Amino acid sequence: MPGSKEIRTKIKSVQNTRKITKAMEMVAASKMRKAQERMRAARPYSEKIRRLAANLSQANVTEYRHAFLGRAKAAVVQRVGLIVVTTDKGLCGGLNTNILRQSLNTMRKWEAEGAKEIRVTCIGNKGLGFMQRMGANVVSHITHLGDTPHLEKLIGPMKVMIDAFQAGELDAVYIAYTRFINTMKQEPVIEPLLPLSGERMGTPERSWDYLYEPDAQTVIDELLVRYVEALIYQGVAENMASEQSARMVAMKAATDNAGNVIKELQLVYNKARQAAITKEISEIVGGAAAIAG
Amino acid sequence: MAMTIHVDVVSAEESIFSGLAEFVVLPGEAGELGILPGHMPLMTRIKPGAVRVMMPGNKEELIFVAGGLLEVQPGLVTVLADTAIRGADLDQAKALEAKKMAEEAMVNRGSEMDYARAQAELAEAIAQLAAIDRLRKQRH
Repeated sequence: MPGSKEIRTKIKSVQNTRKITKAMEMVAASKMRKAQERMRAARPYSEKIRRLAANLSQANVTEYRHAFLGRAKAAVVQRVGLIVVTTDKGLCGGLNTNILRQSLNTMRKWEAEGAKEIRVTCIGNKGLGFMQRMGANVVSHITHLGDTPHLEKLIGPMKVMIDAFQAGELDAVYIAYTRFINTMKQEPVIEPLLPLSGERMGTPERSWDYLYEPDAQTVIDELLVRYVEALIYQGVAENMASEQSARMVAMKAATDNAGNVIKELQLVYNKARQAAITKEISEIVGGAAAIAG
Repeated sequence: MAMTIHVDVVSAEESIFSGLAEFVVLPGEAGELGILPGHMPLMTRIKPGAVRVMMPGNKEELIFVAGGLLEVQPGLVTVLADTAIRGADLDQAKALEAKKMAEEAMVNRGSEMDYARAQAELAEAIAQLAAIDRLRKQRH
């Protein structure tokens, strides 16, 4: 039986691979549920802070305007910041490839339109590796966030970008992440983050004349920084939900493919075995006939 | 029935409390703040400490916050709680660390941040202790 041992080993190895991908699929499925919950849990805060920021942007036209709101959008954006949110680990289909490709295209487009400087903040290992390979100007990064995004870890890297904008070193800041639509569908998006746009905040239903303590400027500063952070956090949380569902789908496909490969190999193995048996029988029959004859 | 206000305590990571209250006590930046129904619109920073929500029926909810922002509208109190101890210096330290990390590009993670982190943990621990202390006093 030539080759049948090799085929058997091959079948075994594919079976092991299938076990692993199956396990990863199930792990991703349970993590996905949690990631979605976290994404939803972050919504009340961003909703509240969005409303507050909208209130403030309306109420404080005369008193004090913050750099995030006040600066008009420059006609030619020359210095841009881009926050790229990717995953730490691979094996999640085309998730990172898509967002990184889109980021790269957008960066090229900015350069073609006259951008002189592009600074990049990377959230997640995959984006960091990619951006460093591409020779992008990575000003800050954070990796190994784990399964739960903690705002605390994000503060530092975010602040580098936010400070640069506040100091007037950047004309605009964008965020690139994968938006979670549903389990089967995730969409890479690049959204403008700063300066804050009025449309995104919406108009308040009613504006209050607040009493500020200690003073309007301090409170508004704090609030707007938190608002921007909440937007970034939301992006990271969505990216994590996207990652898990993309991984689940990718692992499901891998499991199915492994099943198909096993079926085909089994067929080849059975054929080889049958051929060997047939050959043996004909040899015995031939031998018997020779003796009898 | 006594007058009530709606109180929401939310952090970036989750919604912590939502319900009606008769009276809310918070650690405001300029000192303890007591908010009753009908308080004038107010916006302020709050320090790390305990938010005490007195609910109708003599029930009380004690929530520890690591600072944040407070917004009062007539009939509505919103606490935007921070999930981490914040401070200009500390944030700056984090930003600097992030910058340095980017410059070093993942070459050894230093221990320079340990002091700032220890300080933050200490501040949090102190605030937590104070909250626990108050809880104990109430029980006795």
